[in-house]
Amino acid sequence: MLKIYVDMEKCQHYGQCVFEAPDIFKLNDDDKLEYVATADDSRRTDIESAIDVCPMQAIVLQD
Amino acid sequence: MSKSVVIVGASMGGLRTAEALRNAGFTDNIAVIGDESHAPYNRPPLSKEVLAKEVTHEAVAFKQRQQTADVVWKFGSPVVDANLDAKTVTTDDGETFSYDGLVIASGLRPRRLDVPNGNVTGRHTVRSLDDAIGLRAALVPGARVVVAGAGFIGCEVAATARGLGCEVTAVAIDEYPMVRPLGPTFAADLQARHETHGVQFRLRRGIADLEGDGALTGVLLDDGELLPADVLVEAISSHCNTEWLNNTNLDLSNGVLADRALRAVTVDGNSVDGVHVVGDLARFANPLFDDVARRIEHWNIPTETGKRVGPVLNAYLSGEGYDELVAQPFTPMPSFWSDQYDLKIQGFGMPALADEIAIIEGSIGGELVMGYYRGGKLVGVVGIGLTSTLMKLRKELMGDA
Repeated sequence: MLKIYVDMEKCQHYGQCVFEAPDIFKLNDDDKLEYVATADDSRRTDIESAIDVCPMQAIVLQD
Repeated sequence: MSKSVVIVGASMGGLRTAEALRNAGFTDNIAVIGDESHAPYNRPPLSKEVLAKEVTHEAVAFKQRQQTADVVWKFGSPVVDANLDAKTVTTDDGETFSYDGLVIASGLRPRRLDVPNGNVTGRHTVRSLDDAIGLRAALVPGARVVVAGAGFIGCEVAATARGLGCEVTAVAIDEYPMVRPLGPTFAADLQARHETHGVQFRLRRGIADLEGDGALTGVLLDDGELLPADVLVEAISSHCNTEWLNNTNLDLSNGVLADRALRAVTVDGNSVDGVHVVGDLARFANPLFDDVARRIEHWNIPTETGKRVGPVLNAYLSGEGYDELVAQPFTPMPSFWSDQYDLKIQGFGMPALADEIAIIEGSIGGELVMGYYRGGKLVGVVGIGLTSTLMKLRKELMGDA
């Protein structure tokens, strides 16, 4: 199981992660980021891609 | 026999390429050689929030991933020469590295002002972590700061310096700040927002000389005006770090020309197998827009190009599936962000190509999305806020609306 953490102090809700892993990250009706905090190991590649595209580098994968 | 990849440049592009090679299944040697003394770190905060706080490597370093734990890193050692026939590169301390695959990821360095009295202290740039540490120490309340250049980085520094209580004047040869990517309407709006925050502009002006004997005391403009100054931040475009390739036959006319597989291209127009270009230096055509090769200095490009190169180079070295991978199109979406005061500016595509610009949503002075069109076709969008509208338009730019 993968544990995902987004530092909401850093996050600016740019939404780039949503393109990479839409099942984990989404923008709500107020354009604010919401995410699922755990994911199956098979989702690692897409979550790493989401980490890579975050301009604020706010996403952490806790192995 | 075991193969070796040498990546020249230990910044984001070099790191992402190393990761992509490993993710593609390359298990042999990877060496990453960089001129800076730091492990790869994220540059955008250097002109923004990190500059506003304490600047440390820890605050901006990329997390090392398991798959690249066995990569050999060599920091603080600029590569000074390359021999594509012998397949070697040499560092400034005389060490030679042999490669089977070479990745050119040496990036850019800031262009400096060329003025008669240039030998004064108080001159800064904001490309590297060490630059930012030096600049941070100079941005004390009341400091008189002149920013040369009013592009995104210059404007970010201006905003941050205002937040730190400095007096800030931005000098640029352009008509408006950030006008080249954004166009005059949006740029004039952003200028007004900066002025509301107390930034002064001297536009359509150049810098003729610096005043000061030892320490900077003033910046002399080309119309004779003297701006008293303690700090000068030079954010006036960049030079490509390609001098180490001067003994090769690669096309270095602007960065390094690359084909769709990001293989380096020679002056004769031939792609070189096993030699790839990533990041700011890569000059490549993007079929999302046209067939003109361009360098793209946006933050997402090192990652996009690194992810393209990893599988292609792995296939070349393993001899499996290379032609198929090379044949695939490469269509990264240029993406950029800028934080200035409480403004979140976000853009996609290539707005600088536009022949027509129109507001799609919102209005000047508030949240807005600006559309950039060429021949009636959307080629770029830039907005302040309105993220969901921007995300829909990004899909349109990708051609999958």
